[in-house]
Amino acid sequence: MTDISPASLHADASDRNTADVALQDMVACPTCDALYRLPQVPTGSRALCQRCHTVLTAPREGAMTRIVMLAGTSAILMIAAVFFPFLEITAAGMTQRSSVLDVILVFANGPFVGLAIAVAALIVVLPLIRFLSLIYVLAPMGFGWRPAPHAIAVFRLAERIRPWSMAEIFIVGVAVALIKVAGLASLSLGPAFWAFVALVLITAVKDNFMCRLTIWKTLEHRSR
Amino acid sequence: MQIDDMENAGTPQPLITARAAGLIACPNCGRVHRAPAPDICARCGLALDTGPDKSLQHVWAWLIAGLVVYIPANIYPMLITNTFGRSSESTIIEGVVELLQHGSYGVALIVFVASIVIPVVKFIAIAYLALSVRRRAMLTAPARHRLYEVVEFIGRWSMIDVFVVAILAALVQLDFAATVNPGIAAISFALSVAFTMLSAQSFDPKAIWADRDAAAP
Repeated sequence: MTDISPASLHADASDRNTADVALQDMVACPTCDALYRLPQVPTGSRALCQRCHTVLTAPREGAMTRIVMLAGTSAILMIAAVFFPFLEITAAGMTQRSSVLDVILVFANGPFVGLAIAVAALIVVLPLIRFLSLIYVLAPMGFGWRPAPHAIAVFRLAERIRPWSMAEIFIVGVAVALIKVAGLASLSLGPAFWAFVALVLITAVKDNFMCRLTIWKTLEHRSR
Repeated sequence: MQIDDMENAGTPQPLITARAAGLIACPNCGRVHRAPAPDICARCGLALDTGPDKSLQHVWAWLIAGLVVYIPANIYPMLITNTFGRSSESTIIEGVVELLQHGSYGVALIVFVASIVIPVVKFIAIAYLALSVRRRAMLTAPARHRLYEVVEFIGRWSMIDVFVVAILAALVQLDFAATVNPGIAAISFALSVAFTMLSAQSFDPKAIWADRDAAAP
């Protein structure tokens, strides 16, 4: 992967430059507001902000189609992860199986309803909404069609949800829980655990393909 | 069109910000607008009117809320365990000590870092970043920007302990032999993590660079 230095607009020549360069070809770094002229970045390269090193754009070949496919895979895995047994515990001759659904439902009565809703949202609902909204926004893009209705609002939602989908943190929580119970009972991992692990890895790969600037530009371009 | 490569690297090029060029940039998608800017971004539809002052108020409000609920999170029990009729309660720090006594040093370290080190460092870091917007900062702008990125990245990982409690409570329901129930601290800790995440998200990283932008001719 080659890194490209985007052309900055120099302070001394700003008036001339901003007049010359079309607004469409300029991009301001979303984190530090530095202004760049960035018309076309070849696929496979990245453009970084020169002072805060935020990735401005990193287009990849066929990224939209790949993201749609990976998001679809993640959504299917999520359904498996929710309903299949997650962990199995044996202590004093008793065995209990738990699915992610049980983790959520155990709090459903009593004072911990809020916690149940929060846990459900963070590990299942928000990731699932994110996968589905990415499919909704990017599938028409991959085919070269016009954006779906409200695609811009849906993609903004998907980006907002991103820090709140915590499937990978849940996996670490499972590992800690396993060791905490180890003295109390014997535990074994169910198929849903591995579905969850696969889901986390696929999500990481998918986010690596995602170039937000390209998606925003394509949405803007095709909306007209 | 071609990309201008900066061949004369080494001496950093003087940068100009969108604001200094008299343009209004969208903090979400980087789209640049001529002044007067529209109410919402022409590309992504984000509302464009939040000034730095308003965002700092949000940062402080969420940070204080997070700090307030962090106190009961440490005082009250996180986990209530019943084994063979005997009930024991453990707070966050007692949970770490128990893990140490079992000899699980690695896991004890993970829980200690996620539940105590990260939240405390986050409170201090966000307060420092918010204060340094108005005053002279000891750290340089790139260093503060790095700090901001770290805070944004690690904040969510504090949720580990909440998930551990949820998993244990769901799993360990073996009638007489052993039951585990969540304590009230689980709720206040989850809220504390959420509030500090919102605090970090409200912080506008442009403010880190703003004084430097103002100093530049």
